[in-house]
Amino acid sequence: MYEFQYHRPASIDEAKKILADNDEAIILAGGMTMLPTMKLRLARPSDLVDLSAIDSLRGIRKDGKTIEIGAMTPHADVAGSSVVQSEIPALADLAGMIGDAQVRNRGTIGGSLSNSDPAADYPAAVLGLNAVIKTDTREIAADDFFKDLFETALGPNEIIQAVRFPKPKRAAYAKFPNPASRYAVVGVMIAETTDGIRAAVTGAGPCAFRATEIEAALAKDFSATALDGLTFDAGDLNDDLHASPEYRAHLVIVMAKRAVAAASV
Amino acid sequence: MSITVSFTLNGEPVSAEVDNHTLLVEMIRDQLGRTGTHIGCDTSQCGACVIHVDGRSVKSCTMLAVQAEGADVGTIEGVALNGKLHPMQEAFREYHGLQCGFCTPGMIMSALDLVQQNPDPSEQEIRQWLVGNLCRCTGYQNIVRAVRAGAQAMRS
Repeated sequence: MYEFQYHRPASIDEAKKILADNDEAIILAGGMTMLPTMKLRLARPSDLVDLSAIDSLRGIRKDGKTIEIGAMTPHADVAGSSVVQSEIPALADLAGMIGDAQVRNRGTIGGSLSNSDPAADYPAAVLGLNAVIKTDTREIAADDFFKDLFETALGPNEIIQAVRFPKPKRAAYAKFPNPASRYAVVGVMIAETTDGIRAAVTGAGPCAFRATEIEAALAKDFSATALDGLTFDAGDLNDDLHASPEYRAHLVIVMAKRAVAAASV
Repeated sequence: MSITVSFTLNGEPVSAEVDNHTLLVEMIRDQLGRTGTHIGCDTSQCGACVIHVDGRSVKSCTMLAVQAEGADVGTIEGVALNGKLHPMQEAFREYHGLQCGFCTPGMIMSALDLVQQNPDPSEQEIRQWLVGNLCRCTGYQNIVRAVRAGAQAMRS
Protein backbone atom coordinates (compact mmCIF):
# COMPACT_ATOMS: atom_id res chain seq x y z
CA MET A 1 0.00 0.00 0.00
CA TYR A 2 1.19 3.51 -0.75
CA GLU A 3 1.36 5.92 2.15
CA PHE A 4 -1.55 8.21 2.95
CA GLN A 5 -2.90 10.43 5.69
CA TYR A 6 -5.70 8.94 7.76
CA HIS A 7 -8.62 10.95 9.10
CA ARG A 8 -11.59 9.89 11.15
CA PRO A 9 -13.87 12.94 11.28
CA ALA A 10 -16.72 13.09 13.78
CA SER A 11 -19.11 14.97 11.50
CA ILE A 12 -20.11 15.27 7.84
CA ASP A 13 -18.97 18.90 7.81
CA GLU A 14 -15.54 17.93 9.04
CA ALA A 15 -15.34 15.17 6.43
CA LYS A 16 -16.36 17.59 3.68
CA LYS A 17 -13.64 20.02 4.72
CA ILE A 18 -10.94 17.37 4.58
CA LEU A 19 -12.18 16.24 1.16
CA ALA A 20 -12.28 19.84 -0.09
CA ASP A 21 -8.77 20.57 1.15
CA ASN A 22 -7.20 17.49 -0.43
CA ASP A 23 -7.72 16.81 -4.13
CA GLU A 24 -6.65 13.20 -3.90
CA ALA A 25 -8.58 12.34 -0.74
CA ILE A 26 -10.93 9.36 -0.84
CA ILE A 27 -13.74 8.34 1.46
CA LEU A 28 -13.31 5.11 3.40
CA ALA A 29 -16.60 3.40 4.28
CA GLY A 30 -16.36 -0.30 5.17
CA GLY A 31 -13.20 -0.66 3.12
CA MET A 32 -14.12 -4.03 1.64
CA THR A 33 -13.24 -2.82 -1.86
CA MET A 34 -11.15 0.24 -1.09
CA LEU A 35 -8.53 -1.49 1.05
CA PRO A 36 -7.93 -4.45 -1.31
CA THR A 37 -7.68 -1.94 -4.17
CA MET A 38 -5.08 0.04 -2.25
CA LYS A 39 -3.20 -3.11 -1.30
CA LEU A 40 -2.90 -3.91 -5.00
CA ARG A 41 -1.67 -0.35 -5.55
CA LEU A 42 -4.51 0.28 -7.95
CA ALA A 43 -5.47 3.35 -5.94
CA ARG A 44 -3.22 5.97 -4.43
CA PRO A 45 -5.25 8.39 -2.32
CA SER A 46 -3.36 11.14 -0.53
CA ASP A 47 -5.83 10.97 2.34
CA LEU A 48 -8.36 8.45 3.59
CA VAL A 49 -11.44 9.93 5.21
CA ASP A 50 -12.92 7.22 7.42
CA LEU A 51 -16.62 7.89 8.06
CA SER A 52 -17.00 5.24 10.77
CA ALA A 53 -17.06 7.75 13.65
CA ILE A 54 -20.07 9.64 12.28
CA ASP A 55 -22.86 8.00 14.24
CA SER A 56 -25.68 9.66 12.29
CA LEU A 57 -24.67 7.65 9.21
CA ARG A 58 -25.46 4.34 10.84
CA GLY A 59 -28.80 2.73 11.61
CA ILE A 60 -32.11 1.54 10.23
CA ARG A 61 -35.25 3.61 10.67
CA LYS A 62 -38.83 2.88 9.71
CA ASP A 63 -40.77 5.93 8.66
CA GLY A 64 -44.33 5.14 7.61
CA LYS A 65 -44.10 3.06 4.46
CA THR A 66 -40.39 3.54 3.94
CA ILE A 67 -37.23 2.14 5.48
CA GLU A 68 -34.25 4.43 5.72
CA ILE A 69 -30.82 2.86 6.01
CA GLY A 70 -27.83 4.94 7.03
CA ALA A 71 -24.94 4.86 4.56
CA MET A 72 -22.50 3.33 7.05
CA THR A 73 -24.83 0.52 8.09
CA PRO A 74 -23.10 -2.82 7.48
CA HIS A 75 -24.77 -5.49 5.37
CA ALA A 76 -25.06 -7.82 8.37
CA ASP A 77 -27.23 -5.25 10.18
CA VAL A 78 -29.59 -4.99 7.21
CA ALA A 79 -29.75 -8.77 6.79
CA GLY A 80 -30.41 -9.26 10.51
CA SER A 81 -32.80 -6.36 11.04
CA SER A 82 -36.25 -7.49 12.18
CA VAL A 83 -37.69 -4.29 10.70
CA VAL A 84 -36.21 -4.94 7.26
CA GLN A 85 -37.09 -8.63 7.45
CA SER A 86 -40.73 -7.85 8.12
CA GLU A 87 -41.17 -4.79 5.88
CA ILE A 88 -38.95 -5.61 2.87
CA PRO A 89 -37.79 -9.22 3.24
CA ALA A 90 -36.27 -9.16 -0.26
CA LEU A 91 -33.85 -6.48 0.90
CA ALA A 92 -32.82 -8.41 4.01
CA ASP A 93 -32.35 -11.53 1.87
CA LEU A 94 -30.19 -9.66 -0.64
CA ALA A 95 -28.00 -8.16 2.10
CA GLY A 96 -27.51 -11.65 3.54
CA MET A 97 -26.24 -12.92 0.19
CA ILE A 98 -23.44 -10.36 -0.16
CA GLY A 99 -19.90 -11.73 -0.04
CA ASP A 100 -19.18 -13.68 3.13
CA ALA A 101 -19.97 -13.13 6.80
CA GLN A 102 -16.87 -11.02 7.39
CA VAL A 103 -17.55 -8.80 4.38
CA ARG A 104 -21.12 -8.34 5.61
CA ASN A 105 -19.81 -7.32 9.04
CA ARG A 106 -17.70 -4.48 7.61
CA GLY A 107 -19.07 -3.60 4.17
CA THR A 108 -21.67 -0.81 4.01
CA ILE A 109 -24.57 0.09 1.76
CA GLY A 110 -23.18 3.57 1.10
CA GLY A 111 -19.79 2.19 0.15
CA SER A 112 -21.29 -0.41 -2.15
CA LEU A 113 -23.45 2.13 -3.98
CA SER A 114 -20.70 4.74 -4.29
CA ASN A 115 -18.40 2.14 -5.77
CA SER A 116 -21.06 0.78 -8.16
CA ASP A 117 -19.22 -2.43 -8.86
CA PRO A 118 -20.93 -4.03 -11.87
CA ALA A 119 -21.34 -7.29 -9.90
CA ALA A 120 -22.42 -5.83 -6.55
CA ASP A 121 -25.82 -6.80 -5.13
CA TYR A 122 -27.07 -3.55 -3.59
CA PRO A 123 -27.44 -1.70 -6.91
CA ALA A 124 -30.12 -4.23 -7.90
CA ALA A 125 -31.98 -3.55 -4.65
CA VAL A 126 -31.83 0.21 -5.00
CA LEU A 127 -32.91 0.16 -8.62
CA GLY A 128 -35.47 -2.63 -8.29
CA LEU A 129 -37.13 -1.21 -5.20
CA ASN A 130 -37.05 2.37 -6.56
CA ALA A 131 -35.07 3.70 -3.63
CA VAL A 132 -33.89 7.26 -3.14
CA ILE A 133 -30.26 8.02 -2.38
CA LYS A 134 -29.92 10.84 0.10
CA THR A 135 -26.60 12.69 -0.05
CA ASP A 136 -25.33 15.66 1.92
CA THR A 137 -26.65 18.01 -0.78
CA ARG A 138 -29.63 16.35 -2.54
CA GLU A 139 -31.78 13.33 -3.16
CA ILE A 140 -31.08 11.15 -6.19
CA ALA A 141 -33.65 8.76 -7.64
CA ALA A 142 -32.32 5.25 -8.21
CA ASP A 143 -33.14 5.57 -11.92
CA ASP A 144 -30.70 8.50 -12.17
CA PHE A 145 -27.93 7.09 -9.99
CA PHE A 146 -26.05 4.37 -11.87
CA LYS A 147 -24.21 5.77 -14.89
CA ASP A 148 -21.57 3.30 -16.04
CA LEU A 149 -18.80 0.98 -14.87
CA PHE A 150 -17.85 2.23 -11.37
CA GLU A 151 -19.54 5.51 -12.28
CA THR A 152 -22.49 7.10 -10.48
CA ALA A 153 -24.32 10.41 -10.38
CA LEU A 154 -22.36 11.40 -7.26
CA GLY A 155 -20.36 14.59 -7.65
CA PRO A 156 -16.83 15.01 -6.33
CA ASN A 157 -16.84 14.88 -2.53
CA GLU A 158 -20.58 14.21 -2.39
CA ILE A 159 -21.33 11.88 0.53
CA ILE A 160 -24.21 9.42 0.64
CA GLN A 161 -25.98 9.80 3.98
CA ALA A 162 -28.79 7.29 3.69
CA VAL A 163 -30.88 5.24 1.31
CA ARG A 164 -34.66 5.32 1.52
CA PHE A 165 -36.55 2.24 0.37
CA PRO A 166 -40.30 2.42 -0.19
CA LYS A 167 -42.04 -0.77 0.87
CA PRO A 168 -43.00 -2.77 -2.22
CA LYS A 169 -46.19 -4.82 -2.52
CA ARG A 170 -43.98 -7.82 -3.10
CA ALA A 171 -40.40 -8.38 -4.19
CA ALA A 172 -37.64 -10.96 -4.35
CA TYR A 173 -34.01 -11.15 -5.39
CA ALA A 174 -32.43 -14.12 -7.15
CA LYS A 175 -28.73 -14.36 -7.76
CA PHE A 176 -26.35 -16.66 -9.56
CA PRO A 177 -23.20 -16.12 -7.50
CA ASN A 178 -19.67 -16.65 -8.61
CA PRO A 179 -18.81 -19.63 -6.41
CA ALA A 180 -15.49 -18.15 -5.30
CA SER A 181 -16.20 -14.46 -4.78
CA ARG A 182 -19.99 -14.63 -4.20
CA TYR A 183 -20.31 -11.60 -6.48
CA ALA A 184 -23.30 -11.78 -8.79
CA VAL A 185 -22.58 -13.28 -12.19
CA VAL A 186 -26.16 -12.17 -12.64
CA GLY A 187 -28.62 -11.00 -9.99
CA VAL A 188 -32.19 -9.86 -10.58
CA MET A 189 -34.50 -7.97 -8.22
CA ILE A 190 -38.15 -8.16 -9.18
CA ALA A 191 -40.58 -5.88 -7.38
CA GLU A 192 -44.19 -4.96 -7.64
CA THR A 193 -44.29 -1.40 -6.39
CA THR A 194 -47.07 1.16 -6.14
CA ASP A 195 -45.74 2.57 -9.42
CA GLY A 196 -45.69 -0.74 -11.25
CA ILE A 197 -43.37 -3.65 -11.88
CA ARG A 198 -39.63 -3.13 -11.71
CA ALA A 199 -36.93 -5.58 -12.78
CA ALA A 200 -33.35 -4.57 -11.95
CA VAL A 201 -30.35 -6.53 -13.13
CA THR A 202 -26.85 -6.53 -11.68
CA GLY A 203 -23.74 -8.45 -12.73
CA ALA A 204 -24.73 -8.54 -16.38
CA GLY A 205 -23.83 -5.07 -17.66
CA PRO A 206 -21.38 -2.25 -16.87
CA CYS A 207 -23.69 -1.16 -14.07
CA ALA A 208 -27.11 -2.12 -12.73
CA PHE A 209 -29.96 -1.53 -15.17
CA ARG A 210 -33.68 -2.14 -15.54
CA ALA A 211 -34.88 -4.85 -17.90
CA THR A 212 -37.90 -3.20 -19.48
CA GLU A 213 -38.82 -6.27 -21.55
CA ILE A 214 -39.19 -8.27 -18.35
CA GLU A 215 -41.15 -5.48 -16.68
CA ALA A 216 -43.57 -5.30 -19.61
CA ALA A 217 -44.16 -9.05 -19.61
CA LEU A 218 -44.73 -9.14 -15.86
CA ALA A 219 -47.06 -6.13 -15.95
CA LYS A 220 -49.43 -8.24 -18.07
CA ASP A 221 -49.02 -11.36 -15.99
CA PHE A 222 -46.97 -11.51 -12.79
CA SER A 223 -45.83 -15.10 -13.05
CA ALA A 224 -42.65 -16.95 -13.95
CA THR A 225 -44.40 -18.51 -16.95
CA ALA A 226 -45.00 -15.01 -18.35
CA LEU A 227 -41.27 -14.98 -19.10
CA ASP A 228 -41.32 -18.28 -21.01
CA GLY A 229 -39.89 -17.79 -24.47
CA LEU A 230 -38.59 -14.30 -23.65
CA THR A 231 -34.99 -13.81 -24.72
CA PHE A 232 -32.64 -11.12 -23.52
CA ASP A 233 -30.29 -9.32 -25.89
CA ALA A 234 -26.67 -10.21 -25.08
CA GLY A 235 -25.35 -7.25 -27.10
CA ASP A 236 -24.19 -4.93 -24.32
CA LEU A 237 -23.55 -7.49 -21.61
CA ASN A 238 -20.26 -8.19 -19.88
CA ASP A 239 -17.81 -10.70 -21.31
CA ASP A 240 -15.20 -12.05 -18.90
CA LEU A 241 -13.69 -15.30 -17.71
CA HIS A 242 -16.72 -16.00 -15.54
CA ALA A 243 -19.40 -15.89 -18.23
CA SER A 244 -20.03 -14.94 -21.85
CA PRO A 245 -22.59 -12.26 -22.76
CA GLU A 246 -24.88 -14.98 -24.12
CA TYR A 247 -24.71 -16.97 -20.89
CA ARG A 248 -25.41 -13.83 -18.87
CA ALA A 249 -28.39 -13.03 -21.11
CA HIS A 250 -29.73 -16.51 -20.44
CA LEU A 251 -29.16 -16.10 -16.70
CA VAL A 252 -31.06 -12.79 -16.66
CA ILE A 253 -34.25 -14.60 -17.66
CA VAL A 254 -33.61 -17.57 -15.37
CA MET A 255 -32.90 -15.37 -12.35
CA ALA A 256 -35.91 -13.18 -13.17
CA LYS A 257 -38.13 -16.26 -13.21
CA ARG A 258 -36.75 -17.45 -9.88
CA ALA A 259 -37.29 -14.01 -8.36
CA VAL A 260 -40.87 -13.83 -9.65
CA ALA A 261 -41.58 -17.29 -8.26
CA ALA A 262 -40.10 -16.31 -4.88
CA ALA A 263 -42.02 -13.03 -4.81
CA SER A 264 -45.27 -14.84 -5.61
CA VAL A 265 -45.18 -17.12 -2.60
CA MET B 1 4.01 8.54 9.29
CA SER B 2 3.72 6.60 12.49
CA ILE B 3 0.86 6.84 14.90
CA THR B 4 0.06 5.16 18.19
CA VAL B 5 -2.86 2.78 18.05
CA SER B 6 -4.39 1.45 21.25
CA PHE B 7 -7.10 -1.11 21.74
CA THR B 8 -8.12 -3.97 23.97
CA LEU B 9 -6.71 -7.32 22.87
CA ASN B 10 -8.25 -10.36 24.50
CA GLY B 11 -9.23 -8.22 27.46
CA GLU B 12 -5.90 -6.48 27.93
CA PRO B 13 -4.99 -2.96 26.84
CA VAL B 14 -2.31 -2.89 24.15
CA SER B 15 -0.77 -0.19 22.00
CA ALA B 16 1.86 0.06 19.31
CA GLU B 17 3.42 2.51 16.90
CA VAL B 18 2.22 1.78 13.40
CA ASP B 19 2.07 3.45 10.01
CA ASN B 20 -1.26 4.62 8.66
CA HIS B 21 -1.09 1.84 6.10
CA THR B 22 -0.22 -0.93 8.57
CA LEU B 23 -2.83 -3.66 8.41
CA LEU B 24 -4.47 -4.77 11.62
CA VAL B 25 -3.16 -8.31 11.11
CA GLU B 26 0.39 -6.97 10.75
CA MET B 27 0.11 -5.01 13.98
CA ILE B 28 -1.26 -8.04 15.82
CA ARG B 29 1.39 -10.43 14.50
CA ASP B 30 4.49 -8.29 14.07
CA GLN B 31 4.15 -5.65 16.77
CA LEU B 32 2.06 -7.42 19.40
CA GLY B 33 3.58 -10.85 18.78
CA ARG B 34 0.28 -12.75 18.66
CA THR B 35 0.94 -15.03 15.74
CA GLY B 36 -2.10 -17.29 16.12
CA THR B 37 -3.88 -15.11 13.56
CA HIS B 38 -2.58 -16.23 10.18
CA ILE B 39 -2.10 -14.53 6.84
CA GLY B 40 -3.11 -16.92 4.09
CA CYS B 41 -4.01 -15.04 0.94
CA ASP B 42 -3.75 -11.40 2.02
CA THR B 43 -6.52 -10.67 -0.50
CA SER B 44 -9.58 -10.97 1.78
CA GLN B 45 -10.57 -14.37 0.48
CA CYS B 46 -9.20 -17.17 2.65
CA GLY B 47 -10.29 -16.18 6.15
CA ALA B 48 -7.14 -17.40 7.92
CA CYS B 49 -6.89 -13.94 9.50
CA VAL B 50 -10.42 -13.79 10.94
CA ILE B 51 -10.55 -12.13 14.35
CA HIS B 52 -13.29 -10.38 16.32
CA VAL B 53 -13.58 -6.61 16.42
CA ASP B 54 -16.24 -5.29 18.79
CA GLY B 55 -17.82 -8.72 18.86
CA ARG B 56 -18.00 -9.30 15.11
CA SER B 57 -15.82 -11.49 12.94
CA VAL B 58 -13.72 -9.55 10.45
CA LYS B 59 -10.81 -10.26 8.16
CA SER B 60 -7.88 -8.54 9.81
CA CYS B 61 -5.96 -8.35 6.51
CA THR B 62 -8.69 -6.05 5.22
CA MET B 63 -8.69 -3.59 8.04
CA LEU B 64 -6.16 -0.92 8.89
CA ALA B 65 -4.64 -0.97 12.35
CA VAL B 66 -5.74 2.66 12.81
CA GLN B 67 -9.35 1.59 12.27
CA ALA B 68 -9.13 -0.54 15.41
CA GLU B 69 -8.34 2.41 17.67
CA GLY B 70 -10.36 2.00 20.86
CA ALA B 71 -11.91 -1.28 19.74
CA ASP B 72 -12.39 -4.53 21.59
CA VAL B 73 -10.30 -7.03 19.63
CA GLY B 74 -10.38 -10.79 20.12
CA THR B 75 -7.96 -13.31 18.61
CA ILE B 76 -7.56 -17.07 18.86
CA GLU B 77 -5.16 -16.61 21.79
CA GLY B 78 -8.04 -15.30 23.88
CA VAL B 79 -10.43 -18.17 23.24
CA ALA B 80 -9.15 -20.76 25.71
CA LEU B 81 -10.03 -20.01 29.31
CA ASN B 82 -7.62 -20.64 32.20
CA GLY B 83 -5.55 -23.04 30.16
CA LYS B 84 -8.59 -25.08 29.17
CA LEU B 85 -9.65 -25.34 25.53
CA HIS B 86 -12.88 -23.60 24.59
CA PRO B 87 -15.67 -26.08 23.67
CA MET B 88 -15.30 -25.07 20.02
CA GLN B 89 -11.55 -25.73 20.12
CA GLU B 90 -12.19 -29.01 21.89
CA ALA B 91 -14.68 -29.97 19.17
CA PHE B 92 -12.12 -29.26 16.42
CA ARG B 93 -9.72 -31.58 18.25
CA GLU B 94 -12.31 -34.24 18.93
CA TYR B 95 -13.69 -34.29 15.37
CA HIS B 96 -10.34 -33.77 13.69
CA GLY B 97 -11.53 -30.51 12.17
CA LEU B 98 -8.06 -29.72 10.95
CA GLN B 99 -5.34 -31.25 8.85
CA CYS B 100 -2.42 -28.85 8.49
CA GLY B 101 -4.07 -26.44 10.92
CA PHE B 102 -3.28 -23.25 9.03
CA CYS B 103 -6.90 -22.20 8.53
CA THR B 104 -8.00 -23.37 12.00
CA PRO B 105 -7.73 -20.10 13.96
CA GLY B 106 -9.82 -18.30 11.35
CA MET B 107 -12.30 -21.17 11.19
CA ILE B 108 -12.76 -21.11 14.95
CA MET B 109 -13.12 -17.32 15.18
CA SER B 110 -15.63 -17.39 12.34
CA ALA B 111 -17.53 -20.31 13.89
CA LEU B 112 -17.74 -18.52 17.24
CA ASP B 113 -19.34 -15.52 15.53
CA LEU B 114 -21.85 -17.85 13.88
CA VAL B 115 -22.79 -19.52 17.15
CA GLN B 116 -23.26 -16.25 19.00
CA GLN B 117 -25.87 -15.32 16.38
CA ASN B 118 -27.29 -18.77 15.77
CA PRO B 119 -26.72 -21.13 18.71
CA ASP B 120 -27.99 -24.18 16.81
CA PRO B 121 -26.85 -23.87 13.20
CA SER B 122 -27.78 -26.55 10.68
CA GLU B 123 -25.15 -28.16 8.48
CA GLN B 124 -26.25 -25.97 5.58
CA GLU B 125 -26.09 -22.80 7.69
CA ILE B 126 -22.57 -23.71 8.81
CA ARG B 127 -21.45 -24.31 5.22
CA GLN B 128 -22.99 -21.02 4.10
CA TRP B 129 -21.39 -19.14 6.96
CA LEU B 130 -17.95 -20.57 6.27
CA VAL B 131 -17.83 -19.54 2.59
CA GLY B 132 -15.26 -16.93 3.59
CA ASN B 133 -12.96 -19.49 5.23
CA LEU B 134 -10.93 -21.66 2.91
CA CYS B 135 -9.21 -24.91 3.92
CA ARG B 136 -6.47 -25.79 1.45
CA CYS B 137 -6.46 -29.36 2.73
CA THR B 138 -10.17 -29.43 1.77
CA GLY B 139 -11.03 -30.84 5.17
CA TYR B 140 -14.46 -29.31 5.21
CA GLN B 141 -16.46 -32.38 6.25
CA ASN B 142 -14.83 -32.60 9.63
CA ILE B 143 -14.76 -28.83 10.08
CA VAL B 144 -18.52 -28.73 9.63
CA ARG B 145 -18.94 -31.66 12.05
CA ALA B 146 -16.69 -29.90 14.54
CA VAL B 147 -18.65 -26.65 14.36
CA ARG B 148 -21.92 -28.51 14.91
CA ALA B 149 -20.47 -30.35 17.89
CA GLY B 150 -18.85 -27.18 19.23
CA ALA B 151 -22.15 -25.31 19.00
CA GLN B 152 -23.90 -28.14 20.81
CA ALA B 153 -21.27 -28.18 23.55
CA MET B 154 -21.60 -24.41 23.94
CA ARG B 155 -25.36 -24.76 24.42
CA SER B 156 -25.04 -27.35 27.14
